[in-house]
Amino acid sequence: MTDGHLADAIYLEPLTTATVRRIVEIEKPDSILPTFGGQTGLNLAMELAREGFFRQNPVRLLSANPDVIRKAEDRQAFKDMLAEIDEPFIESEVVNCLENALAFAAAVGYPVIVRPAYTLGGSGGGIAQNREELREIGANGLRLSPTTEILVEKCISGWKEIEFEVIRDGKGNVVTVCAMENIDPVGIHTGDSIVVAPTQTLADKEYQMLRSAALNIIGALEIEGGCNIQFALHPESFRYAVIEVNPRVSRSSALASKATGYPIAKVAAKIAVGYGLDEIRNAVTGKTYAFFEPVLDYCVIKFPRFPFDKFVYAKRGLGTQMKATGEVMSIGTSLEEAVMKAVRGIELGMDTLRLAEYAKLPLRRIREIIEAQDDTRIFAVYEALYRGITAESLHAITGIDPFFLHMIANLARMEAKVQFEELDESLYGAAKRMGFLDATLERLSGQALPPRRYAAYKTVDTCAAEFDAETPYYYSSFGEDSEVPESRGKKILTIGSGPIRIGQGIEFDYCSVQAVWALRDLGYETIIANNNPETVSTDFDIAHRPLFRSPHPGGCGQFADGGKARRGHRLVQFGGQTAIKLAKHFKRRGADPRHRPGDDRRRRGSGKVRRDPGNLRYQKARGQDGLYAGKGAASRRCPRLSRAAPPLLCLGGQNMIIAYTAYDVEEYMGIILKTSSKTRFLSTNT
Amino acid sequence: MMDAYLLLADGTKFTGRGCGAGGIAIGEVVFCTGMTGYQEVLTDPSFYGQIVGMTYLCREITASTVSTWNQGKPGPRVSLRAMAKEPSNFRQDRSLQAFLKAQNIIGLEGDRHLPVLTRLLRENGVMNGAICHGVEADEGALLAEIRSYRITDAVLSVTVGAQECHRPENPRFRVGLFDYGFKESIRRSLLKRGCEVTVLPAHTTAREAKALGFDGLMLSGGPGDPADNDFVIAEAKQLFLSGTPIFAICLGHQILSLATGAKREKLKYGHHGANHPVKDLATGRSYITSQNHGYAILADSIPENLAALSHINLNDQSVEGIRYRDYPVFTVQFHPRGLAGATGHRRSLRRIHPVDGGGAPCLKDRILRRFSFSVPARSSSDRRRNSIMPVCNVAGPCGKRALKSFSSIQTPPPS
Repeated sequence: MTDGHLADAIYLEPLTTATVRRIVEIEKPDSILPTFGGQTGLNLAMELAREGFFRQNPVRLLSANPDVIRKAEDRQAFKDMLAEIDEPFIESEVVNCLENALAFAAAVGYPVIVRPAYTLGGSGGGIAQNREELREIGANGLRLSPTTEILVEKCISGWKEIEFEVIRDGKGNVVTVCAMENIDPVGIHTGDSIVVAPTQTLADKEYQMLRSAALNIIGALEIEGGCNIQFALHPESFRYAVIEVNPRVSRSSALASKATGYPIAKVAAKIAVGYGLDEIRNAVTGKTYAFFEPVLDYCVIKFPRFPFDKFVYAKRGLGTQMKATGEVMSIGTSLEEAVMKAVRGIELGMDTLRLAEYAKLPLRRIREIIEAQDDTRIFAVYEALYRGITAESLHAITGIDPFFLHMIANLARMEAKVQFEELDESLYGAAKRMGFLDATLERLSGQALPPRRYAAYKTVDTCAAEFDAETPYYYSSFGEDSEVPESRGKKILTIGSGPIRIGQGIEFDYCSVQAVWALRDLGYETIIANNNPETVSTDFDIAHRPLFRSPHPGGCGQFADGGKARRGHRLVQFGGQTAIKLAKHFKRRGADPRHRPGDDRRRRGSGKVRRDPGNLRYQKARGQDGLYAGKGAASRRCPRLSRAAPPLLCLGGQNMIIAYTAYDVEEYMGIILKTSSKTRFLSTNT
Repeated sequence: MMDAYLLLADGTKFTGRGCGAGGIAIGEVVFCTGMTGYQEVLTDPSFYGQIVGMTYLCREITASTVSTWNQGKPGPRVSLRAMAKEPSNFRQDRSLQAFLKAQNIIGLEGDRHLPVLTRLLRENGVMNGAICHGVEADEGALLAEIRSYRITDAVLSVTVGAQECHRPENPRFRVGLFDYGFKESIRRSLLKRGCEVTVLPAHTTAREAKALGFDGLMLSGGPGDPADNDFVIAEAKQLFLSGTPIFAICLGHQILSLATGAKREKLKYGHHGANHPVKDLATGRSYITSQNHGYAILADSIPENLAALSHINLNDQSVEGIRYRDYPVFTVQFHPRGLAGATGHRRSLRRIHPVDGGGAPCLKDRILRRFSFSVPARSSSDRRRNSIMPVCNVAGPCGKRALKSFSSIQTPPPS
């Protein structure tokens, strides 16, 4: 976003206090806004405050003062604050003898987690279910800790994890923008969890209880702007605990904004400069004010995108440390539909939750994968449900709420039905409503379907259609009741770049945004399609018609219709790999993809020898499909190559590797073919 | 499950799966945008005579034990989007289907029609309609019946038959709760605050109520057009004049307003949901409130010498609260429920308006608490002087001026 379009003055400098001091000297700003740059911005502000910067200079800190930040970030200050306003937190105590540990556990109740201080990888810790176990684990932990100290913490694994996005203005007006529920219970970082908005398993009583607590906390912290509060809720009582508070707009705020249509960052910025929530217009409806709580008439799923396709040998286990690089968001009129869309959007080459690899594994292995709690657990759960394991027994292993397991089971049952039963009109309709694509149904049923286009576009309007929306955004769903007004202008659809992953951040997203702005200037009606909530392109005020959907080839038929751009054009060259890959699908559908640079890639696959601007020579390029080809290339070439010892270069779309032996080629081809059954690749000597 | 459909007065028909009880239900079709609280909506007597379209996918768990539900009172008919087949909550004791059946609620489930229905109602205003589940009906005749349908005797249909007294452990105050279709949660909140609650049937006269010697009265919410209740309005006027502290919500607020000479209007599609922003004009603070009403009081018609507007709706500027001068009476349109606010500074006790600070559970609690706190101990020698609800800037018996102007007010003729 370091773009003249966005600010009057832009500095490309390291984010240090020295830089800030210098910039303040040059620009002489009135105030500094630290709450929009994530943790980096907050830390920088804290450091400046410690250095006494705000005392020496006539610069104010907006939105959050150092005291507020400390209260939210410092563990002890946070606990003191919560205790003061009578909100429960996860109780813990550092003890140095077993008696104290037992006394603490007796006070907070079992189970408790024991974490010895200063031991490698937390060895010597564990969960104690009762007094006897705590004696054993605690004694062990004390013995292993070099300082003879252990932290005893109340164990809340298995509790529901609920997040609230709350926003408060200087007058003390507060609203909750969105409540989100993690499908995975407490224990997995929320960035790695599949998240659902709005909450699904909370009845009104629980919801209101947590909402009141959230408003209570933001009020006590006196935050002026956005704030994210995470709660753990006991699944079988009204007990809850505050896990964490982020006194700033966060990753979740982006998700909440896109899920509800409420522009949190924009509103928070206006609050920072002194506006009240009841003075800021709701830009989506154009009629109501920012002081309201959005209501949804759809479901939203956030699915994390993991880097394990690149870091094949990395530890895949999930825990309290975040491993995902990005996320996709999908919107559906049912939870099932939203999940199906999300799975297609993470670009693992899947069109249902069934992973081909797991379909071959014995149930025993599936169970092990589920217990290991890695990034593919949801697919293993799906496989188990597909094979008829009950939701109840999976609930016992995973702690995932039966409600979500039943939802996944619905999908598994539908997949099996399509495979083994005749695909008649009613089954087709039911499958479509659950978000199965025509292409998927053809694959599963082995039956060709007549081409048809059943995509209705629905709106995200913050108010469940209670008010007329001026600048809503759209999502597609099966059905005929489209909520998108027909327009006759010249239209161009720009395909976005999908989730953030290793090797591709949001640079292509901003390319798409620039493209849209340029087209706007030329008088086109712009449509943008993307599924990444962390982007600018999905903001409601960038394109005329923002479309929330995955750039997935299976949906190209709908895409050709996308936002009713039938007579218009599609731009694929701004969205990076994700969008370029769609070019051929558009072509097949008879739509005209306006893409030029993308052609290069296709030519590369067609076996021509050419020189590229980087002066790398492609020798004896060979483009083929399938594992056989990979193996063939390796067997034909490698013996000879290995004698000469020049490494073999393999190019497979988004993946590239330097292979030194035939074994490397085989292994790598296996990996890239796992994620996509059809890969063109190019091999060359270097 | 059998097929069912929803037929609107303009002839629009939505088909779907039937759920709950079978039969035909004619009513006024409204939509409700709340995302939680299905069982609360399904048991809300304020929806009497109405068909409620729930805009959110009905995924909600049907939780909770029966005791927390208003049992036996006629509530809404319902149009759902999709029912959770496997809801999950630790308090759950039955499925939604079983609950609908038990409550004799006729339902229609269809996952596509609600957005369309909402748009239709938003643009054309509330409309009559009928849900037909599992029975054959002549559509022409049904349509005629739908068009001529009018909600009548709404309050009388939902009010209790006889007085009921509920006593907390150590009652501090005695409160009379006029039942125009009250929600359980109101009674529970009063009990929680140490009020002995006597639920009074809507047709209780002012004289009867006065004879019972309550410390304060509460007029509950309820269904229908407020102007339909001549008798209740006339009695409310007497109650008002008697100087008893009164707190009225929703329909109670409308009835009291009509009793003091204000006029009501029908809203295009009403306020049904849990996210209505209300601004307190005295403090400038705003709150998110839960609301359920199809009529509103006209701001211009509030008698200036008696009362003043205290709360407005931020979306459409409609009347949300009225503060009466010289009388210990305050009324709000919204349900002081589900609204979180923070703690009251004690000084806020001087006003009826909630003032935030940090700490207490919800606005309802605070309003109710203030209500109960401000009611004088019964032994007080001069009830009027001490009783002041913080409301009435008070002090003092009603001035002559107020009495005089009030006596000139007529109960509005039924429209």
